[in-house]
Amino acid sequence: MNLTQNVDWAVVAPPLIAAVTAVVVLIADLFLPAARRPLLGWLAAGGLALAAVALLPLRDGDRTTFCLADDPALCAYTADRFAVIVQLLVLGGAFLAALLSIPETADDDIPGGEFWFLLLSSASGAALLPAARDLATLIIALEVTTLPAYALVGLRRGSRTGPEAALKFFLTSVTATAVALLGVSFVYAAGGSLFFAELATALPGGDPQLATLAEAGVALTLVGFAFKAAAVPFHFWVPETYLGAPLPVAGYLSVVGKAAGLAGLALVTTLAFPGYGDLWGPALGLLAGLTMTVGNAAALRTDPDAPHSAVRLLAWSSVGQAGYLLVPLAAAAYTDHGEALGATVAYALMYAAVNLGAFAVVAQVARRHSERRLSDFRGLYARRPLSALALAFFLLCLAGLPPGVVGLFAKVAVFEAAVDGGLGVLAVVMAINVAIALFYYLRWTALLFRAPPEPAPAGPATAAPVAVAAPLTGAIGLAAAAALAFSGAPQLILTFVSTSLI
Amino acid sequence: MISLNDTTMRLLLAAVVVLPLLGAGAALLPAPPGLRGPGGRDRDVLRHGVTVTGAVLVLTLLLAAGFDHDRPADIQAESDLRWIPALDVRLHLGVDGISLPLLVLTALLTFLCALHTYFRPPQGPDAPGPIPFVALLLLLEAGTLATFAALDLVLFFLAFETVLIPMYFLIARWGGAERAAAAWKFILYTVVGSVVMLLGLLLIGVRGGTFDMVALAEANGAGLSHTTQLLAVLAIGLGLAVKTPMWPLHSWLPDAHTAAPTTGSVLLAGVLLKMGTYGLVRIALPIAPEGMHTFAPYLGAFAAAGIVYGSLACLALVRQGAGGDLKRLIAYSSVGHMGFVLLGIATLTRGGVNGALFANVAHGLITGLLFFLVGALKERVGTTDLDRLTNVTLYARSPRFGGLLAFTAIASLGLPGLAGFWGELLAMLGAFHPADGLSRPAFLIYLALAGLGTLLTAAYLLLVVRRVCMGDARDEPLQDLRAPEYAAFAPLAVLTVLAGLWPAVLLDLTNPAVAALLPGVAR
Repeated sequence: MNLTQNVDWAVVAPPLIAAVTAVVVLIADLFLPAARRPLLGWLAAGGLALAAVALLPLRDGDRTTFCLADDPALCAYTADRFAVIVQLLVLGGAFLAALLSIPETADDDIPGGEFWFLLLSSASGAALLPAARDLATLIIALEVTTLPAYALVGLRRGSRTGPEAALKFFLTSVTATAVALLGVSFVYAAGGSLFFAELATALPGGDPQLATLAEAGVALTLVGFAFKAAAVPFHFWVPETYLGAPLPVAGYLSVVGKAAGLAGLALVTTLAFPGYGDLWGPALGLLAGLTMTVGNAAALRTDPDAPHSAVRLLAWSSVGQAGYLLVPLAAAAYTDHGEALGATVAYALMYAAVNLGAFAVVAQVARRHSERRLSDFRGLYARRPLSALALAFFLLCLAGLPPGVVGLFAKVAVFEAAVDGGLGVLAVVMAINVAIALFYYLRWTALLFRAPPEPAPAGPATAAPVAVAAPLTGAIGLAAAAALAFSGAPQLILTFVSTSLI
Repeated sequence: MISLNDTTMRLLLAAVVVLPLLGAGAALLPAPPGLRGPGGRDRDVLRHGVTVTGAVLVLTLLLAAGFDHDRPADIQAESDLRWIPALDVRLHLGVDGISLPLLVLTALLTFLCALHTYFRPPQGPDAPGPIPFVALLLLLEAGTLATFAALDLVLFFLAFETVLIPMYFLIARWGGAERAAAAWKFILYTVVGSVVMLLGLLLIGVRGGTFDMVALAEANGAGLSHTTQLLAVLAIGLGLAVKTPMWPLHSWLPDAHTAAPTTGSVLLAGVLLKMGTYGLVRIALPIAPEGMHTFAPYLGAFAAAGIVYGSLACLALVRQGAGGDLKRLIAYSSVGHMGFVLLGIATLTRGGVNGALFANVAHGLITGLLFFLVGALKERVGTTDLDRLTNVTLYARSPRFGGLLAFTAIASLGLPGLAGFWGELLAMLGAFHPADGLSRPAFLIYLALAGLGTLLTAAYLLLVVRRVCMGDARDEPLQDLRAPEYAAFAPLAVLTVLAGLWPAVLLDLTNPAVAALLPGVAR
C-alpha cells in the first residue's frame, strides 16, 4: 500500500490561508505594541478576503487532492462546485463577521489576539468541511469549526452569561460529536470504508447481519449533524448561546456554524448514504417541519421590551430559517439529489447575506442601546434613515415579501423542491410558517418607521454621542449591496437550483 | 383606433409597469433644482406623484388606443424576456381584452388618488409627511399594473405580493381609529392566502412543465391530472378568494376599509379586490378547467351567500342606533358586489364570465367614487358614523355634492342605464343557464338568492341616501364640491354613465377573450 499522496496546494488554499493567517495573527499579537493591536482585526479580515480570492481558480469545480495513490478516484478533498460555493459562503460570512468584530474588539474586555485566532481557526474548519469527502476529514473539519466557537462564546471578560453559555454550548456539542463518532464507527464496521464514494456503493447491502448496525450508524451520524445545524429537537443550546456570546460571534454562528452543519448533513445524506433515502428522507422532513414551527413560534413570543429581545428574535428566527434550509435536503431523498441541494445552497447564500446584515444593524444600534431591546429600534428611520432602510430590506428578505425579491424567490425555490419531491404536507407546513414568520419580521419593520419615543431624561450614558464605526457601516453596505444585487438578478444565486452541484 | 407598431406597443406596456417603480424610488430622493416649486419638498413630491401617475395614465390610454380592437382575444404588446432561467421564470408581459380595461382602471384610479392627495395631503395622528406616502402609492401602482400585465405565474405572484407592503403602511400609518389592528388583519389574511396560492401555482408549474400562462392556457388542462387540477384550483382559489374577498373569508375587508385613508380605500376597493377575480379568470379558468368545473357549484354557493350576507350586514348597519360606519357599510356592500362577480365566474359560461368582468370594472368605478365621496363627506362633517350623519341634509345644504352621492348610490344598486346594471344582469343570466354538467337547480337557487340580494341592496342604499341627503335644512350651507373635487370625481361619474349606456365598449373587448378562455362552451 502506497501511503504517499500528492497534494495540490492550490486546491486546499482557501482553508489553508485562513489557518495560516490565524497563526500569523497569534504570533503578531505577541510582538505588536498595544497601540497597534487594532491592526490585527484588519489583518484577519484581509486573510479571509484573500482566502475567498483563492477560490477564483477553483470556480470550475473539477479539482481534487489528497487522493489515494492506489486509487486516484478516491479523494479526501474535492473542490467541486458545491464545495466552492459553500466555501465562498462561509469565508464571505466570516469576513462580514470579522468586520462586525473590529469595533467590538477595540474595547478592552475582549482579548484581541486570541479572538482573531479563534475566529480564523473556526473559519478555516468551516471552509475545509464542504470539500471533505471521507467521514474522518468531515468530523475533523466539523470539530475545527466548533471547538474554537466555544471559546469565542465565552471570551468576553467580566461577562456573567458568557461562560455559562459557552459551557452549555460545549457540553451539548461534545455530546453530539460523540454520538456522531459512534455512528461513524458503526458505519465503518458495516461498510468497511470511510470514503463517501465507497460507502455509497457498499451500503446498504453487504453482510445482512450488519444491516441493523449500518442503519443505526446512519441515524446516529445524522443526529450529530442535526445538533450542529440546530435542528429541533437538538436546538436548545441556541438562544442562550446567542444571548451570551458577543454579537458578532452570534452572527457568525447563525450563518457560518449553521452552514457548516447543513453542508455536513447534505454531504453525508446525498453522497455517503444515498441508499438510505427512505430512512433519512422522512427523518429530515420531520426535523424540518419541527424546526421551522418551533423556531417561528418562539420568535413570535419574543417580548419586544425584554432585554436582548433583538438578539433573541434573531436567534429563534435563525432556527426557523434552518427549518426551511432542511426542506430541500429532505426532498433530495425523493428526487435528483443535485437539484434539490441547489435550492438549499441558494437559500443559504441569501440567508447569509441578509442575516449578517441584520446582525450588523443590530450591532450598530447596540453601540447606543446596550440592552439590545427590540423597542430600541423604534423610530430608527428618523435617526438613521439608511440603516433603517437597510434593516427593513433585510427583514423583508428574511420574510420573503417584495421588495425583498430575493427572499421570495429563494422561498419559491425551496417550495418548488418540496412540491417536486412530493412533500405536499411539508410544503403546507412551511407555508403556514412563512405566514407566522411574516408577523414578527413585519412587526419589527413597522417599528423602525414609527415615531421615535419621547427622549428619555438625558443620563450620563446617553449624553455622549456614539461615533459611527466604519467597519460596521461597511458590513451593512456590503450585505445590502449583495441583497440588492440578488434581488435585481435572482439568477445570480438561483442558477445553482437548475444545475447539479455534486 | 391608432396604429402603433409592435415594438412601440411593447415599450409602452413595459414603461407602464416600470415607470411607477422608478417613480417610487425617485420620490425618496430630493428634487433636482429644475423641478423645485413653491411650497418646499412636500409639495414637490406631491407634484411628482401627480406627474408620474398622469404619465402612466397617458401611456395606458395610448396603449388602449393602439390596441388592435379587432382581435382582443390575442395577447398584444407582448414582451418575453428570460429573467431567472433556473426557475424558468420569464419577464412575460402582455395585454388582451381581459386585462386592458383593468390596466386603464388602475391607472385612472391611481392618478385620481394622486390628484386628490395633491389637494388634500394625507393627514393622521402620527402620520409621516407625504414623501413616503407618494412612494408607497407609486409602488402600489407598479404592483397592481404588473399583476394585470403579467403572463408568467411566478411573476404574477411577485406582483400580487408587491402590493401588500405599501397597502399595509398606507393603512397603518395614515389610517383612522383601530388602524394598526386593521392593517395587521389585512396583511395576515392576504399573506396566508397568497402562500397557499403559491403552492398551487408551483404545483401547476411543476406538473405542467412551465410557468407560462399563455402556454398553459392553450393546453387548457391537458397534461395536468384530475387530482393536480383539483388541488391547484383549491389552493389558488383559496388565495384569490381571500383577496376578492369571498364570504366567509371577507372579515379583513370591513376593518381595513374603515381604518384606511380615503386614497387607500379607493385603491383597495377599486383595484386590489379586482386582482382576486382577475386571477380566477386568468389562471384557474383556462389552466385547470376540470378543477374549476368541480368547484364551481361551491364557488357559486359561497358567492350567493356573500351577496345576501353583504346586503343583510349593510341593512343592519344602516339601522338607526346601530352605530354603523358608512365606510364599513360600503365595505360590506363590496362583499355583496364581488359576490356577483364570483357568481358570474362560477357559471363557467361566456355570458357569466363577461358579466363578472364587467361587474369588476363597474364596481371599481362606482365604489372608488363612493369612497372618494365619503372621504369628502368626512372632511365636511367630521364623521362617518351613520348615526351622527342623520339629518345632514346634503340636498339642501350642498346640492351638487348630495346629488353626486345619490347618483353613485343609485349606480351601485344597479339601476339600468348605469354601469352597475349590466354586470350583475349578465352574471344572473349566466346562472339561469349554467355550463353543461353543472347542476341547474342549484344555480337557480343561487339566482333567486342573488335576486333577493339586489332588492336588499336597493333597500340599504336608498336608506343611506335618505339618511344623508334628505331632510329639512336646519344649518348653514356646507361647502359644495370644489374644482379639485370635480376634477377627481367627474371622470368616474362620466365613465359610470358611459359604461351603463354603451356596455359594448367593454363587452366587445372581453367577449372574444373570454371565448378563447372557455373553448367548447357555446353560451
